[in-house]
Amino acid sequence: MGRRLTGFLWRHPRAQLGLLLSGPVGWLVIAYLGSLAVLFVASLWQLDDFSGEIVHDYGLQNFQELWETPVYRTIVGRTVAIAAAVTVTDAILAFPIAFYMAKVATPRVRALLVVAVLMPLWSSYLVKVYSWRIMLQESGIVNWLLEPFGLHGPGFGNVATWLVFSYLWLPFMVLPIYAGLERIPDSVLDASGDLGGKPWMTFRRVILPLALPAVVAGSIFTFSLTLGDYITPQLVSSTQFIGNVVYANVGIANNLPLAAAFATVPVAIMIVYLLIARRLGAFESL
Amino acid sequence: MARQEDGPQDAPAVRLNGVRKLYGDVVAVDHVDLAIDRDEFFTMLGPSGSGKTTCLRMIAGFERPDEGAIELGGSDVTGVPPFERDVNTVFQDYALFPHMSVGENVEYGMRIRKVPKDERRRRASEALELVRLGGYEDRRTTQLSGGQRQRVALARALVNRPAVLLLDEPLGALDLKLRQQMQDELRTIQGEVGITFVYVTHDQEEALTMSDRLAVFNDGRIEQVGAPADVYEHPANEFVAGFVGVSNIVERDGRRVTIRPEKVRILEEPDRGDGFEVEEGRIREVSYAGMVTRFVVELDRGGELQVVRQNLEMSSQDALEQRGRRVRVGWAGEHAYAIPEAATTEEDS
Repeated sequence: MGRRLTGFLWRHPRAQLGLLLSGPVGWLVIAYLGSLAVLFVASLWQLDDFSGEIVHDYGLQNFQELWETPVYRTIVGRTVAIAAAVTVTDAILAFPIAFYMAKVATPRVRALLVVAVLMPLWSSYLVKVYSWRIMLQESGIVNWLLEPFGLHGPGFGNVATWLVFSYLWLPFMVLPIYAGLERIPDSVLDASGDLGGKPWMTFRRVILPLALPAVVAGSIFTFSLTLGDYITPQLVSSTQFIGNVVYANVGIANNLPLAAAFATVPVAIMIVYLLIARRLGAFESL
Repeated sequence: MARQEDGPQDAPAVRLNGVRKLYGDVVAVDHVDLAIDRDEFFTMLGPSGSGKTTCLRMIAGFERPDEGAIELGGSDVTGVPPFERDVNTVFQDYALFPHMSVGENVEYGMRIRKVPKDERRRRASEALELVRLGGYEDRRTTQLSGGQRQRVALARALVNRPAVLLLDEPLGALDLKLRQQMQDELRTIQGEVGITFVYVTHDQEEALTMSDRLAVFNDGRIEQVGAPADVYEHPANEFVAGFVGVSNIVERDGRRVTIRPEKVRILEEPDRGDGFEVEEGRIREVSYAGMVTRFVVELDRGGELQVVRQNLEMSSQDALEQRGRRVRVGWAGEHAYAIPEAATTEEDS
């Protein structure tokens, strides 16, 4: 029986492929695309103001409300701005680390650095954010360190959110850039110097253009992870992210349709972002 | 870019003075002294790990010697970074910039030195013309064959008119036919541009065909420097005798003697071999290689000689039937070269 099945599959490679992929594809379609579709459908429903019941009428009222309410626009703007700031910060921090790992360090040091970069991912997200909360609070270590210089820490707010996100997602930027830089042969860098390129020239004309797709690949992670988060803003800031509004509408206000509508906003932003990333060649770098 | 023209006119193009380079505990280059003349086609020949590429990289400036000095055109450049040296390199893997077109690759050096755009264009297309790739400016480097990439790399280096061009096994990745064709082209180009070429290879035939002079490297040292014919016919020691050409060494009267395989004749009756040194032996091995046949002859007086014979009349069948036959071999006395004693490394063993 097993032998006949093996023989059949060997003669029919398509059937083999189908069998192999049916599980993952089913999971992807039902769990991911299916729930996205349900989310989008739900965003077209509405809440009966009087009874608090969900009315299954289709319309764009939720999106209209989001667009016309200034506070929602502010929240979208803040979320995107902080996600962008985090991405830029991580790119600037990650590049030298990744360059050192890929081109300077000995294999031993390189292995240690990979572990060091990955290590923060082994501990709980909540533990890390709470640690930052403790460090940033009024009597925390940040203020204690800055005090002798007559300075004061950022406290809780947008700056703290930016700081904590930049810390949290840095490994997701380091690793793609490291992989991208490692693919550039050393001889290409030598060639640039050989042809008269000073180190800065070599960086600008050779390393950066060749590593750019990898930076964009890393930015997909830092940007989308920040865009979808709602716990960090809650813990180190009093301002809201898109996720906080969604959370509040699902739980407290019980306005599921509005929550669904707001949840499609980051999805739409990411689609635009990914289209731009694809044009910059980021997917060849993943 | 600092041009190395302040040195005296008769100074060698490249000079290494007691250069030594270590990687950890491993001595890659061990007190090498070398002077390469202007407009010379100079080859550094040796097996892999013999230090030849390290020497080249030190001339280019990619590696710094631990001891000794490097001079270009008479001025000391030991502490000068690669981007300030008047040399250009053709890399073994070509090292073309993958995000640039062929034209942009060739123009890179001039762009950095801020050569005006029109002149850049003109010189780049001239350089591509020189390597027979005229009109390829807008191609992507990924669309080119190995031989074409190699020529782009050559054009990119030559277009800057460096005082010295360094070539690191540039033909290593090409197939035999293309290799031989490129060897001829490289020689022709070197004659046209009048630039000192320093060429690294492990291929002795390549070294013998192309060079004005060559240095044989072994274990981080130079064993011999000389013109190809000189090195081939008068090897300084056993290593050179074995590495350049076929190791054909027999011991006679307490001296180690080398005779090149093409100088040995198999004497057919009634040839008595008058005026030749004649010995008897037995053909132990025959291999037929199209143009020539190689014999290994076991000599009665001890030792073995390889003999190469052109296949003037011989077919492969005839050749293979020779195995085991007893023969007399002969060579002219002046072709048996006694290897100088001092250079052997007997005391090591």
